[in-house]
Amino acid sequence: MSLNRLVTLSRRVTWGSLIPLFGPNGKVVSNVQFRRLFRTQTPSLAFAKDLFLGKVNKAEVFPYPEISREELEEINQFVAPVEKFFSEDVDSQRIDREATIPPETLEGIKQLGLFGIQVPEEYGGLGLSNTMYARLGETTSLDGSIAVTLAAHQAIGLKGILIAGNEQQKAKYLPKLASGEHVAAFCLTEPGSGSDAASIQTRATLTEDGKHYLISGSKIWISNGGLADIFTVFARTAVVDKDGQKKDKITAFIVERAFGGVTSGKPEDKLGIRGSNTCEVLFENTKVPVENVIGEVGGGFKAAMNILNSGRFSMGSATAGMIKKLIELTAEYAATRKQFNRSISEFGMIQEKFALMAMNAFVMESMAYLTAGMMDKPGIPDCSVEAAMVKVFSSEGGWICVSEALQVLGGVGYMKSYPFERYLRDCRILLIFEGTNEILRMYIALTGMQHAGKILTGKIKEMKKGNIGVALQMFGKKLRDSISTKVDLGLTGKDGVVHPSLTESTKKLEENVHFFGNTVEGLLYRYGKTIVDEQMALKKVADVLINLYAMTAVLSRASRSISIGLRNHDHEVLLANTFCSDAYYKNNFLMTQLQKNAPENNDDSIKKIAKDVLAKRAYICSHPLDRTF
Amino acid sequence: MSARVLVGVKRVIDYAVKIRVKPDNTGVVTDGVKHSMNPFCEIAVEEAVKLKEKKLIKEVVAVSCGPQQAQETIRTALAMGADRGIHVEVSGKDYDNLGPLQVSKILAALAKKEETSLIILGKQAIDDDCNQTGQMTAALLDWPQGTFASEVVLEGDKVKVIREIDGGLETVRLKMPAVITADLRLNTPRYATLPNIMKAKKKKIDVVKPGELGVDLTSHLEVLRVDEPPQRQAGMKVETVEELISRLKEAGRM
Repeated sequence: MSLNRLVTLSRRVTWGSLIPLFGPNGKVVSNVQFRRLFRTQTPSLAFAKDLFLGKVNKAEVFPYPEISREELEEINQFVAPVEKFFSEDVDSQRIDREATIPPETLEGIKQLGLFGIQVPEEYGGLGLSNTMYARLGETTSLDGSIAVTLAAHQAIGLKGILIAGNEQQKAKYLPKLASGEHVAAFCLTEPGSGSDAASIQTRATLTEDGKHYLISGSKIWISNGGLADIFTVFARTAVVDKDGQKKDKITAFIVERAFGGVTSGKPEDKLGIRGSNTCEVLFENTKVPVENVIGEVGGGFKAAMNILNSGRFSMGSATAGMIKKLIELTAEYAATRKQFNRSISEFGMIQEKFALMAMNAFVMESMAYLTAGMMDKPGIPDCSVEAAMVKVFSSEGGWICVSEALQVLGGVGYMKSYPFERYLRDCRILLIFEGTNEILRMYIALTGMQHAGKILTGKIKEMKKGNIGVALQMFGKKLRDSISTKVDLGLTGKDGVVHPSLTESTKKLEENVHFFGNTVEGLLYRYGKTIVDEQMALKKVADVLINLYAMTAVLSRASRSISIGLRNHDHEVLLANTFCSDAYYKNNFLMTQLQKNAPENNDDSIKKIAKDVLAKRAYICSHPLDRTF
Repeated sequence: MSARVLVGVKRVIDYAVKIRVKPDNTGVVTDGVKHSMNPFCEIAVEEAVKLKEKKLIKEVVAVSCGPQQAQETIRTALAMGADRGIHVEVSGKDYDNLGPLQVSKILAALAKKEETSLIILGKQAIDDDCNQTGQMTAALLDWPQGTFASEVVLEGDKVKVIREIDGGLETVRLKMPAVITADLRLNTPRYATLPNIMKAKKKKIDVVKPGELGVDLTSHLEVLRVDEPPQRQAGMKVETVEELISRLKEAGRM
């Protein structure tokens, strides 16, 4: 087997070339955007990329990030009044019923200072780190509508000014945004451009005198669209390339409602987060001074991606906070409700649900704060893949947990007089906005595979040049793999980074990571650059990666908890071990499906089924009661 | 007016927490349990800060007696608008035995040391429900007291206090320096906003030991036992008055 591999290594594998994006009718729409997205990444892609090579970058994730005692005391001080406000002065039921946040409540939130959490102190904000932002997110998530209003305002609405704006823009706009006097909104999505954000049609044309841009176009699903005074708007601008070619590139603008020509439609009637204002925003020849361009003209897409990437991780802590609250509410019920002469908390199927909720909350917290800690490290590390993984896991985990919590309460959970149905409706949006989970899975899988592909191509180039050393190295690896199944990536043992009581789970992680590296290699050989089109395979790749990151996060966190003796650390060990065991077997199955010609893989059949159904746009089977005679 | 107001704030178990008695019945579980400022102390701080905002007094000093964590409570008072804090360090056995008599001795000593015109306290703490500290402090200082205040009005060197009493409302006029204890309807305490919490970091908290104030902390009380309240028994419904009377007779209540 290994010799064959050496022979097949002579096949060229190219990477870094244009990756086609397909439009609605299957035609290649643009080749440019993905390339720009990948090539402009800073080289220091934190942790995930190495997993694709079957390695664990220990230093990035062990030990678990810590904050100083002063910071911890400070954040606890911050959380107290916010928790009090949300439990006493926020009527979530009323907000949901009336589909609006009462002005007094919004005013209270502004006064608490929650509109400028990450705005630097010199501009009137709190200047808190990503970790502190995540911590506050646990509390604000108690009301979905308020959480989304705040996130739309500061995690994306004003983020552009914060991370890419110049001094004048910051000084002009940030103070009023931090105090909440002005509310911000992020305007990217259009009727024809959702996931395919690069295809937006809103135009910004430079005036004759070169002093203003006139922006025209329509944006939809804009959170805070009706309340906002300041919009971060993305529009196409005509740009002359360095080759002298005229191109249409996206530029980010700060647009004030006061500039004129800005109209917001009526609030959308939504399933959940009904108190959050979502509407259409139309721009008709809105005059925007050239000083309001954020960053470079033509650099808008990159800015948009950076903005979205920077806020994503907080969904982990927000969802964890919500699940923790749900556990309390649900356990109260389960302990007192009796059926068949026993408390329902004694029944296995009910117990399973609580374990599920506890594990999910544990994993989400661990991942969120690990990511936030990585992002808070000096030098701007690119944690976009990690943040995407947190988002996918938390949104789907949250949806399942809320559903299970509702199930525990049975009929009672279904009633509007209890908050569970509202939490369920509020949660559904998490899988859709801030990048649909489908798009994020593609991003997670492809970014890593691109990295692995580059390294692989590099090695093959070396071998072709006659570098025997590299060839022997690869041959040796294949030989070792086919002989023994023991894996040691250096996480356990004498110089290990995990606590001894987590050894077994860590070994599972190492095994998974090693197998994953091989699986990725196999996929690259098999598909080359057409891997982009294999969404079902990429989904599995992404799912494995998310599980690996989750396992790493819980092992890192639990190790720290044991080492410093946090309260209930043995419960953490239990949660960590159970989750890792579960994830290990799931990963193995997913990776088995990804092997060449795996009988466990049904993807081809699935594609055929979908093709048949979509061709007729209906279910095509004859009715079971039909006769032919 | 160089009026200085001393406000006492106590760190207690948060009102929303379900209290549980320790297995050895010596007290309640406090380890790992959420603590916050006593609600009546919050009202006291709010009143003091309001007086300062109306420019009727010059300085608000927040005081708390207890271990290191008492400083968190003082910080909350600072975030609400107090100017500086005094942490009287009491820990271990001394803290377990700290009661209204000891605290009032400390407050009296501090009031003299800090040249205070007004002491505002919460009417009682929600953990021991003693409702004694304010009264004892006034007695030790030989100052007038206006307890259960639902309204406080400064009038020159006097203070008018409207008190909530069983029969209704009683208005008293006290010559300062005086002691006031806050009742529920005195005001609605403000939230410690996050920007104010950040500003409060720069405010000073002085740490003193009871010994430095010449206060003797020995307690003359000993807690023998703490038990949970008896479980609430189910009631029963009756159809007629006659049935009610017969049931009451059966239960020996008539």
